Amino acid sequence: MRMLLAVLGVLALVCPGQAMESAPVVSPRATVTLLSDAAAIAPGQPFRVALRQKMAPGWHTYWRNPGDAGQPPEMRLDLPEGWNAGELQFPAPHRIPFGPLVNFGYEEEAIFLMEVRPPANLVPGQTQRIGADADWLICERVCIPEEGRFTLDIPVEATARPAAPVLFAAAEAALPRASAFAARIGFEGGRGAISLEGPGLSAASLREAFFFPLEQMVVENAAPQAMTAREGGFTLGLTRAAGPVPATVEGVVAITDAAGVRGAYWVSAVPGPMPSAEAALPLWQALAFAALGGLILNLMPCVFPILAMKAIAVARLAGAAQSVVRAHAASYTAGVVLSFLAIGGALIGVRAAGAVAGWGFQFTSPFFVAAMAWLMLAVGLNLSGVYAIGGPVNAGSGLAAKGGKAGSFFAGVLAVLVATPCTAPFMAAALGAALAMPPAATLAIFAAMGLGLALPYALLGVFPGFARVLPRPGAWMDRLKQFLAFPMYLAAAWLVWVVAQQAGPDGTLMVLVGGVLVGMAAWALGLAQQGATRRWFLGGAALSLVAALAILPMLRSGAAGGVTASAQIGEPWTAARLEALRGEGKPVFVNLTAAWCISCKVNERVALDTTAVRAAFDAANVTVLTGDWTNGEPAITAMLRAHGRDGVPLYLMYPAGGGTPLMLPQILTEGMVLQAIAAATSRV
Amino acid sequence: MVLLTRRGAVLGAASLPLVPAFLSRPASAAPAIGAAAPDFALPDQDGTTRRLSEFRGRVVVLEWTNHDCPYVRKHYNSTNMQNLQRDAAARNIVWLSIASSPRGEQGHVTGPEAKALTASRNAAPAAVLLDHRSQAARAYAATTTPGMYVIDAQGRLRYMGAIDSIRSTRVEDVARAEPFLRDAMVAVQEGRQIERAVTPPYGCVIKYVDA
Repeated sequence: MRMLLAVLGVLALVCPGQAMESAPVVSPRATVTLLSDAAAIAPGQPFRVALRQKMAPGWHTYWRNPGDAGQPPEMRLDLPEGWNAGELQFPAPHRIPFGPLVNFGYEEEAIFLMEVRPPANLVPGQTQRIGADADWLICERVCIPEEGRFTLDIPVEATARPAAPVLFAAAEAALPRASAFAARIGFEGGRGAISLEGPGLSAASLREAFFFPLEQMVVENAAPQAMTAREGGFTLGLTRAAGPVPATVEGVVAITDAAGVRGAYWVSAVPGPMPSAEAALPLWQALAFAALGGLILNLMPCVFPILAMKAIAVARLAGAAQSVVRAHAASYTAGVVLSFLAIGGALIGVRAAGAVAGWGFQFTSPFFVAAMAWLMLAVGLNLSGVYAIGGPVNAGSGLAAKGGKAGSFFAGVLAVLVATPCTAPFMAAALGAALAMPPAATLAIFAAMGLGLALPYALLGVFPGFARVLPRPGAWMDRLKQFLAFPMYLAAAWLVWVVAQQAGPDGTLMVLVGGVLVGMAAWALGLAQQGATRRWFLGGAALSLVAALAILPMLRSGAAGGVTASAQIGEPWTAARLEALRGEGKPVFVNLTAAWCISCKVNERVALDTTAVRAAFDAANVTVLTGDWTNGEPAITAMLRAHGRDGVPLYLMYPAGGGTPLMLPQILTEGMVLQAIAAATSRV
Repeated sequence: MVLLTRRGAVLGAASLPLVPAFLSRPASAAPAIGAAAPDFALPDQDGTTRRLSEFRGRVVVLEWTNHDCPYVRKHYNSTNMQNLQRDAAARNIVWLSIASSPRGEQGHVTGPEAKALTASRNAAPAAVLLDHRSQAARAYAATTTPGMYVIDAQGRLRYMGAIDSIRSTRVEDVARAEPFLRDAMVAVQEGRQIERAVTPPYGCVIKYVDA
């Protein structure tokens, strides 16, 4: 809240409005006042009042469900005949631990809002007195009930005038938002789980989440809520408390995303079957699941061809000595497991290096996707027989057929490499969970996944005699190999489609041109391998590959202008475009976002990409510039730094006719954006 | 390695239920209604060790208390608590007040202080038990003062929760509130079903000694 107010401080400079605040009720524990968001009210026009508690350090007040003890504040307005008031609205709560107990409430400052609706027959020119009686419990180690009477004298005028817009905007932003996610909840004995589905939720985009039930004694307040994230959702493990389960469980889920921004959302669900994936797994079970996952990887379309080749190689060994079979199986297993360990180590390194944003950056880099597409193509061409690796083509060779243990080892490495893009959604959930563990456990899980992938061949090492029951080598093996090229081409096609999402038409063209160059390299290499004019064609192959690699940096810059999968609002942001528009004195709204930023997504959905806001942007002739920080665009990083931010979201409203921009809070409401638009365009 | 998160680009998705392995139990698990109430052995105001099991055969009320808590004071200042204690005694129900505040915390009492409080407030518990090490509070997962439990003659927990229905510190609310504890205590004594066996307790948070 304090940070939000600081951010909104900028807003104060451009939003004039005198404070309409009652005399305070002061104790050594808290200073409490009543405020109005109207300096003058108008007949029939609703306005809001706020009960504001500024608390001394260590003291706290309570949410509607106070947790293990405590009591929420109450406020009653005494209003004349014909007036009415809404319910007291509570900001999203925080966990306040107390020994083994946990309370739900607020520290430092809390602002509770209430809507007031005056009648239409008010007469302008008079002054209206609003009286309020409030009582609240405030606790530190001891609890003190406090109460106070507050009065506000507000003039009635023909048109309302706002007051304290900053404070009210902050208070509104602190309220839980209307449900943005579909929720399921269920209980089984002493355990339970709540599962949320919604765009933008994933292991990479979530840092932590907590469910605050509205009703007491449904869920054990102090029990940890283990989070299991998956693509498009997450599950929190709950512990049942002794009270009955209501027909509908309501509550607030507070989500801290990868950017460190906390948002709170109302959720409501009729209890049903307990959502799965919430069970606490001891490490051995997690390892077993990881191994099972690795085993399933064998069936993935990208991996299958590699494994089939490996199977062929094994079949070739049918007559070989058992020790040879064993050595091959061991080499292959080592290749797979070491590759997985390398990936796990790299990920831990990325995490240790800090930037959670770097995590998102890695996974959505068009670079990497393009390189993987080419690798798929290259492997496919190899299977088609265009070229061979490490031996003459006519020997029916392939990567995995390369003689010796090194060949088996690299077949393992290749299997892991090609497996990764195909299994992304599957890996994402597993990785998110694995990375939440201590590094040693994370590595163990990666190793288990590798063992699972290598298991069929590892078994060959244990029972080498099994190789003898495989079909005899023959011409069928070459035909199978050639057929298996097609899944690889398919995988390449899919990866190109992914790049198209990330880097737009230009990027797609570059990936395709790169693909053609890879094809040319393969062709030249194949000719060289067939003997004739070897040197020339080898040179040609190398040249083509170098040309393909030279494209990659261009792809990078191509991607910078484009936007990733997030819904684009307005034009892409560039510093130059912003400068140009500012030069013309036009109002500009800058929206800096990222695909993995949940708050950004929700803001876009509820406050930016709405009919009212779009209409207001159009009416005020505001140009919206959206900058996508998904792949860590340095220009956007610089822009963020310039405004004192380490990450997205960042919203800036540049007023018409020049001047400093207004920085909006990280949690937006439609009203805030509309207000900012009005403020920025009314000053010309 | 690359993880692609484009929706719709799923070539064979599976989900893997991996979860961090550090889920621990909450600090204390509440006893279940209908199950055996946890036994305890605590010194009373005279230093005599009292056990729950010694009252087997009689209905027992446990009252978690902290004499300086505003919610507790509401029920003593209105004499609601004393009336309930006398009502219980008249029905042969054992009323045990339990003070769990450790030394240095609000509500901490020694034996002599407990006796002085009982006298000055004209209270009538069968005994005041001193739970300075939070043992009983932990066993019952007690969270608030006042916090009420009713145990039947067979030693089974029958009621836990609030003393009444209005969560406030105002004395005038006592008369208006639905008397949860009284209803539960009388129902158990008379062998009737309890309408609401669990209600959300309200009051001041109980201070636990670090485990």
